[in-house]
Amino acid sequence: MADYRKMWRDMGLNMESHDQLLEALPPTYHDAYLTQNNRPASMEYFDFVVNEIHGLRVQELQEHKAGGGKVIGTFCVFVPEEIIRAAGGICIGLCSGIEIGTAEAEKVLPRNICPLIKSFMGFKLAKVCPYFESSDMVVGETTCDGKKKAFEILNDYVPVYVMETPHMKKERDWQLWREEVRDFARHIEEFTGIGISASSLAQSVREANEKRRALRRLSELRKCDPAPVSGKDCLLIEQIAMYDDVVRFTAKVNELCDELDKRVETGSGVFPAGAPRVLVTGTPMAIPNWKIPHIIETSGAVIVAEELCTGLRYFENEVDEQGTDMDAIMDNIAQRYLGINCAVFTPNTGRMERLLQLVKEYRVDGVIHCALSFCNSYAVEANRVEKVLRQENIPLLKIETGYDQEDTGQLKTRIEAFVEMIKE
Amino acid sequence: MYAGIDIGSRTICFAVVSGDQVIHSKITDTGFEPVKTARSLLKGNYEKIVATGYGRHAAVSDFADNVITEIKAHALGAVFLFPGARTVLDIGGQDTKVILLNDGGSVSDFQMNDKCSAGTGKFLEIMSGALGYAHLPEFAEKSLSGRSGVKISSMCTVFAESEAVSLLHRGIKREDIGIALHSSVVDKAAGMLVRVGFKAPLVFTGGVANNHCIVKLLSERLGVEVLVPPQPQLVGALGAALSGRKNI
Repeated sequence: MADYRKMWRDMGLNMESHDQLLEALPPTYHDAYLTQNNRPASMEYFDFVVNEIHGLRVQELQEHKAGGGKVIGTFCVFVPEEIIRAAGGICIGLCSGIEIGTAEAEKVLPRNICPLIKSFMGFKLAKVCPYFESSDMVVGETTCDGKKKAFEILNDYVPVYVMETPHMKKERDWQLWREEVRDFARHIEEFTGIGISASSLAQSVREANEKRRALRRLSELRKCDPAPVSGKDCLLIEQIAMYDDVVRFTAKVNELCDELDKRVETGSGVFPAGAPRVLVTGTPMAIPNWKIPHIIETSGAVIVAEELCTGLRYFENEVDEQGTDMDAIMDNIAQRYLGINCAVFTPNTGRMERLLQLVKEYRVDGVIHCALSFCNSYAVEANRVEKVLRQENIPLLKIETGYDQEDTGQLKTRIEAFVEMIKE
Repeated sequence: MYAGIDIGSRTICFAVVSGDQVIHSKITDTGFEPVKTARSLLKGNYEKIVATGYGRHAAVSDFADNVITEIKAHALGAVFLFPGARTVLDIGGQDTKVILLNDGGSVSDFQMNDKCSAGTGKFLEIMSGALGYAHLPEFAEKSLSGRSGVKISSMCTVFAESEAVSLLHRGIKREDIGIALHSSVVDKAAGMLVRVGFKAPLVFTGGVANNHCIVKLLSERLGVEVLVPPQPQLVGALGAALSGRKNI
């Protein structure tokens, strides 16, 4: 990696804490990723991106800013990246999956709160995230209560714009959301100083859709047995999707898929044919949270799909490209985003229906439901998931865990026992 | 001959089966070098050595041929000892597990405590010490004569210990506190059993199944007979040995 220390110092990072963070990353990554069998060669690009996690991409953001451009951070797959990009901004997902700055975060947050919220607050307060420090503003949403209230606090440290995401999907909720999308566009135009035109918006819609199609192409390949790529690698790609350059990322995912096409033709895979196939569902797994997938894939099973925000929810449906005038495109964007099945909606029957379809399409032997500690929405909704899966005799393991490693022993036993059970 | 070794948090259990007979078994403290202790138990040539318990992966990189989880091991062992068993409750040194079995004796569902060791052997061991008993059998025996009425409200080992101590200071008899502590373990186990919808016959395994007070209270609470094998902590090792026999 090139020397980025000057850049980090100039950005105002806390260099000592930042060094500690970077030291924490490589061994985990080595153990979880670089020891996998028969990895596709095209994973090289994604390894490079992780290796440069606080380097090259951050430098690109800094160059964009030096040219007068804006960087806008987000925390949720409901925030329409097309709008940010159409107004000349770069959209960066800021969620993080590592325990950092806990003591700092607990100055302003209660101790018992979702680790994802605690982590983003910790990153900001401890000044260790170059993406956060590059962000000129961040966009929050009213999805869960924890985030909603935490954004009020975060606003003390960085300008926060909050989108109101509805909690039901009635006609008036759709109406509200269509207005929210338009308000957001106006706010972003004002902030970047660049007006959104129908053609710039159509282009950003097209590019985001191409990214989604590449990720869907990757998903489709995982329906094969043996799986040509590991679930861990796919999760990594889905995590990188949140902050990498859209066009370059899309090309790299397609390159990987070209390689995987050949693997499928020759029947080559990362696990033996017939290995138990697991679907992971629940709360997002932000980079570098690979805890549960790593345990699953070192217990003899392969993850074939993630019904997560860092997974299918991020790229499953696309924005309709039929509309050409501004109004139609805005409506199409709103339509696509409100179609996401998040547990903050009531009822959220779309998620249950989708899970049953996924189990069939991906020939899943068992489902593992992972909820982050203190995530009420997903932990409670796990009961609805259990109900529909039980009716169909689909095995389910429910896990609640945080970013710490203290429960790894018990989790390993539970997951291995689940794999033994679905193998029989 | 097939050997099974269960490397748990408190004890290492070893069992050897030949045909349908358990021809050798041994239980020893885990100590501070579990793999070394485990290896010292091996005597002779085995067609297969299968490891289970917390030290299973360390054992397989050292001497064992294969691993299975404690959940599968206890299921196999319990069905061998009690054909037709439908539920296994295993309470060990730091874990509680409830395992549901189908008609064929295979695992159909299970529950396990999270990271916390509340309501396990470790909990009883610490409480026994807090009440001044020399060893666990004495704690169980004396607690059987305790009167119910005292309630321990905390599930956390640390908090429950200070609760027990403050009850002692209030002049409550230690037998009465003892039965309350045993009841709290039974409450937790019964809660897990009910949550998964357990079915009789119920087999109770793991070191805590040696505790008569727990067995009696559990049977009363659930209203079913609780089947306890002669050496309940050996069931995991036995199941591991049997799995080796199965896989040939």
